[in-house]
Amino acid sequence: MGYSGFKVFWEGLRGNTGWKPVWRDPAPKPHYDVIIIGGGGHGLTTAYYLAKNHGITNVAVLERGYLGGGNVGRNTTIVRANYLLPGNSEFYSHSLKLWEGMEQELNYNTMMSQRGVLNLAHSDGQMDAFARRGNQMLIQGDDAELLDADGVRAHAPFLNFKSQRFPIRGGLLHRRGGTARHDAVAWGYARGADRMGVDLIQNCEVTGFRIENGKVRGVETSRGYIGAGKVGMAVAGRTGQVAAMAGLRLPIESHVLQAFVSEGLKPIIPGVVTFGMGHFYISQSDKGGLVFGGDLDFYNSYAARGNLPMLEHVMEAGMAMVPMIGNARMLRGWGGIMDMSMDGSPIIDRTPIDGLFLNGGWCYGGFKATPGSGWCFAHLLATGEYHKAATRFRLNRFETGHVLDEEGTGARPNKH
Amino acid sequence: MRVREGSRIDAERVVRFSLNGKAVVGRKGDTLASALLANDQRLMGRSFKYHRPRGVVTAGSEEPNALFEIGTGAGQVPNVRGTVQEIFDGMVARSQNCWPSLERDALAINDLMSRFLSAGFYYKTFMWPQAFWEKLYEPIIRRAAGLGALSGDEPVGDFDKAWAHCDLLIIGGGPAGLMAALTAGRTGQRVLIADEDVRLGGRLDAESFELGGMASTDWAREAAAELDSLPNVRVMTRTTVTGAYDGRTFGAYERVSEHLASPPAGAPVGTFWRIVADRTLLAGGAHERMIAFPDNDRPGIMQASAVRSYLHRYGVAPGRKVAVFTNNDDGWRTVDDLQAAGVEVSALIDTRPDVEPGRDVRTVTGAQVVATRGRLGLESLDISKPGGGRQFISADCLAVSGGWNPSVHLTCHMNGRPIWRDDIAAFVPKPGAVPGLEAIGAANGAFSTHEALRAGADAAGGGEIPAAEDAPVNVTPFWHVTGVKGRQWLDLQNDVTVKDIKLAHQENFRSVEHMKRYTTLGMATDQGKLSNMGGLAVMAELTGQPIPSVGTTTFRPPYTPIPVAALAGRAHRAHFAPDRYTPSHQLSEERGASYVEAGLWHRAAWFPQGNETTWKQSADREVGWVRGAVGVCDVTTLGKIDVQGPGARDLLDLLYTGKMSTLKEGRVRYGLMLREDGFVMDDGTCARLGPDHYVITTTTAAAGEVMAYMDFCAQVLKPDLPVRFISTTEQWAQFAVAGPQSRALLEGLLDQGLNDDVLPFMGYLPVQIGDVAGRLFRISFSGELAYELAVPTRYGDALIRVLEDRAKALGGGLYGMEALNILRIEKGFITHSEIHGRVTADDIGFGRMVSPAKDCIGKVMSQRPGLHGAERQQLVGLRAKDGALKAGAHIFGQGKRASAENDQGYITSACTSPTLGHLALAFVVNGRARHGEQVVAHDGLHGTDIACEIVDPVFMDPDGEKMRG
Amino acid sequence: MRIECPQCGARDVREFTYLGAAVLADRPDADATTEAWQDYVHLRDNPAGPHDELWHHAMGCSAWLRVRRNTLTHEILTVTMAQEDRT
Repeated sequence: MGYSGFKVFWEGLRGNTGWKPVWRDPAPKPHYDVIIIGGGGHGLTTAYYLAKNHGITNVAVLERGYLGGGNVGRNTTIVRANYLLPGNSEFYSHSLKLWEGMEQELNYNTMMSQRGVLNLAHSDGQMDAFARRGNQMLIQGDDAELLDADGVRAHAPFLNFKSQRFPIRGGLLHRRGGTARHDAVAWGYARGADRMGVDLIQNCEVTGFRIENGKVRGVETSRGYIGAGKVGMAVAGRTGQVAAMAGLRLPIESHVLQAFVSEGLKPIIPGVVTFGMGHFYISQSDKGGLVFGGDLDFYNSYAARGNLPMLEHVMEAGMAMVPMIGNARMLRGWGGIMDMSMDGSPIIDRTPIDGLFLNGGWCYGGFKATPGSGWCFAHLLATGEYHKAATRFRLNRFETGHVLDEEGTGARPNKH
Repeated sequence: MRVREGSRIDAERVVRFSLNGKAVVGRKGDTLASALLANDQRLMGRSFKYHRPRGVVTAGSEEPNALFEIGTGAGQVPNVRGTVQEIFDGMVARSQNCWPSLERDALAINDLMSRFLSAGFYYKTFMWPQAFWEKLYEPIIRRAAGLGALSGDEPVGDFDKAWAHCDLLIIGGGPAGLMAALTAGRTGQRVLIADEDVRLGGRLDAESFELGGMASTDWAREAAAELDSLPNVRVMTRTTVTGAYDGRTFGAYERVSEHLASPPAGAPVGTFWRIVADRTLLAGGAHERMIAFPDNDRPGIMQASAVRSYLHRYGVAPGRKVAVFTNNDDGWRTVDDLQAAGVEVSALIDTRPDVEPGRDVRTVTGAQVVATRGRLGLESLDISKPGGGRQFISADCLAVSGGWNPSVHLTCHMNGRPIWRDDIAAFVPKPGAVPGLEAIGAANGAFSTHEALRAGADAAGGGEIPAAEDAPVNVTPFWHVTGVKGRQWLDLQNDVTVKDIKLAHQENFRSVEHMKRYTTLGMATDQGKLSNMGGLAVMAELTGQPIPSVGTTTFRPPYTPIPVAALAGRAHRAHFAPDRYTPSHQLSEERGASYVEAGLWHRAAWFPQGNETTWKQSADREVGWVRGAVGVCDVTTLGKIDVQGPGARDLLDLLYTGKMSTLKEGRVRYGLMLREDGFVMDDGTCARLGPDHYVITTTTAAAGEVMAYMDFCAQVLKPDLPVRFISTTEQWAQFAVAGPQSRALLEGLLDQGLNDDVLPFMGYLPVQIGDVAGRLFRISFSGELAYELAVPTRYGDALIRVLEDRAKALGGGLYGMEALNILRIEKGFITHSEIHGRVTADDIGFGRMVSPAKDCIGKVMSQRPGLHGAERQQLVGLRAKDGALKAGAHIFGQGKRASAENDQGYITSACTSPTLGHLALAFVVNGRARHGEQVVAHDGLHGTDIACEIVDPVFMDPDGEKMRG
Repeated sequence: MRIECPQCGARDVREFTYLGAAVLADRPDADATTEAWQDYVHLRDNPAGPHDELWHHAMGCSAWLRVRRNTLTHEILTVTMAQEDRT
């Protein structure tokens, strides 16, 4: 069923009785060409692009809970392509282009809103680092502007330009960055994949792998054994756990990242602003809630919830940089489990087990990567070749030393 | 309408405030909502989506409708619950989310179009043409978004944060909480009882119960007085426990002076508490449920319990003619209480067919409300009788009782899922869901006063309890009316109806999370306290499952929203992070210095003199002093670690790539530290003061990291090494004295010769400056003959003044960070601009510094193939003839397009040297082999392309003759 | 979260900094295999459940601690000095 303004009008007249299910609830088949483990953002986009780009539709997405219930359903919805290092730069650039055409591609309004991402700088050293990053973005074909303090003031006059511990010296503005409606991204891709024949199977937990002679044959699930030609894992946050069932040990730790939303407020913050010195970022949703977040809680966790020290730190940084939010009330906080890799960059690669592929280690870059990740993972699954935008996300880069360490903090997952 | 005295009202004390510019008179003790009801104002807000007229529904913090902006100017606070806000003289309140007025709201037109605005409609439209989303559709949506408005200014007043510790935390001061506090308090335990209301009592002063032979409200007063008298009991009212966290730690927000015209001197607006409790009793009571029926959202329709609360606490009848609609016995008491207060009750409507309320009122059992009327407030309603037929009932207030939901919220904060109990048709807390916490009383599904008292006493050690009512609730679940037309509202703020849930089901958004996210049910400011159960029940019906199989969404902290300013406390503005000042800060102030922030430090960047108007003029002069005479610079901020003991050598050998155990006493060596993954962590100097005594320096940025890492190495990797070390960064003031006249300066100061025999390059010498023992190091970060002189910090200010005087006499003076930066670039010395965490020893030309003779941190991993070789970017110098180079520019071969494929590297540091011209340090692919090559520094951000030549990174005195002097 | 420092008593987690899995205490010899080093520096069990890990009482006594903590519930099971009772 195609969606449009006219359709909404027509259905409104008919009492909205004609809307059809957005996806089926198929029973698992005994065998698929490809099984994707994980019905979050990356799993759904992978299935979608397998069908769309490669014509592979005998595909199942196995989801332990509900579709879109992974980190695609619990993030701060920021989309950007402002990476420093070759390897990441071309990938996020590719992904951003997919975001820009997403609504039309999916016939689903994911509310991708390019109102800009502004990173604040407070020292010459930071300005120099932003200059290097901004030039990398331009070289990659993306947009970047280096603002001085007056430029920042013109773009975001609500920031604290007085009595501030770290005075604003300037900032890096990425106008094509912005936010999207996170749930809608999952639902839009799910609907698209379903319509091309992909089986989206909810409440189906993978409990083991069947591996024979070094080749994966299928997966054991809470709904029985399902055979597969190839299996792709897209279970960021739980990658270590799922991979362990296949006997793999990975350069990944799971950590909790908290985020917070305020009560609904009249629009006052147009785009995304990040205050790196305070590990703070903020945006405002189309519904009116201020969405803000900070750094990891720093300890390994699968609990999907955090503690007060980071919460308080985020609010302190927020008050320091955007004092007017002090009168807003924090409505809800939550935690997502992050696949923190050893160099802060993701993995899209084969595993040592034939037919078993890995998509993970997204740290907190996973949401913006959603379309690009699926596109490149589908490419690898379908063709056996690395997509040109994702050639460096290799699992063996830690052995060889070809790491992608954006933060320059080394093999410390909680510092990326 | 005020009909009688209320237990909380001081009838003698008139309070005057304004709503939407109109004067309103209330009484001391009123909430904003009770004052408005006393003035017969039922309309209190507009809903989020359709801007439907809405009235107050509750008498507590779960209120979804009666939200206001309170205060003016910077003090304007949005989304304040009128049910919680106490009125004070001069209070300014405004309605929100309506224009031009609360009574006539233009966007109420949305309501007429609601058939086109059903759940999730926005996902299906606004897609064409692509560019219209940002330009047209989204701006319209955003303009309509939100509830109240921020002022745009920093809040007025301060907020505090504090800690509290106790043996027993009791959350909620109703019958269960009070009884527990009394019982535990009498045994001497450290008890902390917190209640979000203005005083203890909970429903004891909202009902007409008898307790221990007296009115329940009086019993509560006596109990509160006894608790106040116990020194081991701390009573915190206006304090909401907002979250349960790990380690038996709870968050709580105390409204210290939100209810006052102005806070007492020194008092904060509010305080965010972290409470650590060995044990916790959750006695938070329960929330009464609404029932969904057509147009059940009109002002005047409210919880039956809220009607009783307004009556007993504030003496206010929310209507002149009240009807009661219930599915349980509890609702009947509303009739009794209203009649006792002389308020007309027009009907008692009970959904249960087989009950005998036995009240002296028009009673219809087995009936449902099927229609309501009244544009801005309820005027009448229709009920359907069993077996058909409708009755018209006149009422301006409908008290609804759909049963009770125990306040399980805190027990879900650590991922616990509540448990369904069929007998009370409600979820109760899962025991053990929060370690150390036990739910008691209504919060645990024990609804009678007797049960609550019993549970409170038992949980606190047991004991006698006073006599109290023990009536069963006898609820028969009834969630929504069927078989009738009209919208039945579930989430009153977000405008979610039963039909929206049906649409979600129809479109296969059937998982409880999908239902919530698709319809926005439960995502309003009450976080579903009033709406979630209704939505679950409807979905259960549609899917043919029992309610517990549908599941629940997750309640997350906070229980009620907390001001961001309270969570920040005082740690903002200038207090967001500590300031660290150097020993020369006072002198720098006197010299008019500008500063650069280095981590938490404020370091002098340049010292302007005379007609200088730019930093560059000052910095060039200061550079000239160092190159031509002598300059003095505060380098105290470098990390200093004093390492002592027989194991010092082994520890330093492990930490540094070089071998520090062979360093001779009285000598200093440059050292490089790697991370265990083989990349450079930090650099600095290592001086050997004695056989088992070293002093090492770190960069300013990495001082803390290096210290913690040394602790790790000494305690974890080499626990048997006899070595101790401490950070002495703040104990020693250290100044660089650099330039050809530096030796002369110091010889004069120290009154001794300092030739190479006494103190050679990279040597250390203990010195006396008058009576003060100091340390003199002959090290250079400028390439000149230079020293660093350290004295205990308390002498730093005196010493820098002496050094400046002597430098002036020799034709020099102070220099700051800008000059230091130019000097070190000229000499090709690196900082964290270069060792930014992604470079190897080999990249910076120090590959030979990794000693082959011993192990060190990072050595093995530094041998990985990816950390070596011609494809890596190596440190080089760049020199340009025309145009200044800028850090952050990327390097391209001449004539090459500035594209990702052609990228050869980037500039890390750049300067225009007063003597050597435009210089930069850069990392360039295979750079060491490319000296002499012409390249372009492309800076797209600034639109410049500067031709430059790759050269050695040491631009001056490559053999170090000056330093060695 | 609160950690019972053997030297200081129970303190809020904000006094501590976290390093990672306790395997970091078992540094291979310089001549160990590449695999052993890769394992040490990069590979983790990352369990959902009890996890041995290293914490530093950075804002307290500077002790490095070995903490056994459940990563699903954040319950702290044991705390010892990092090298206590180890052979």
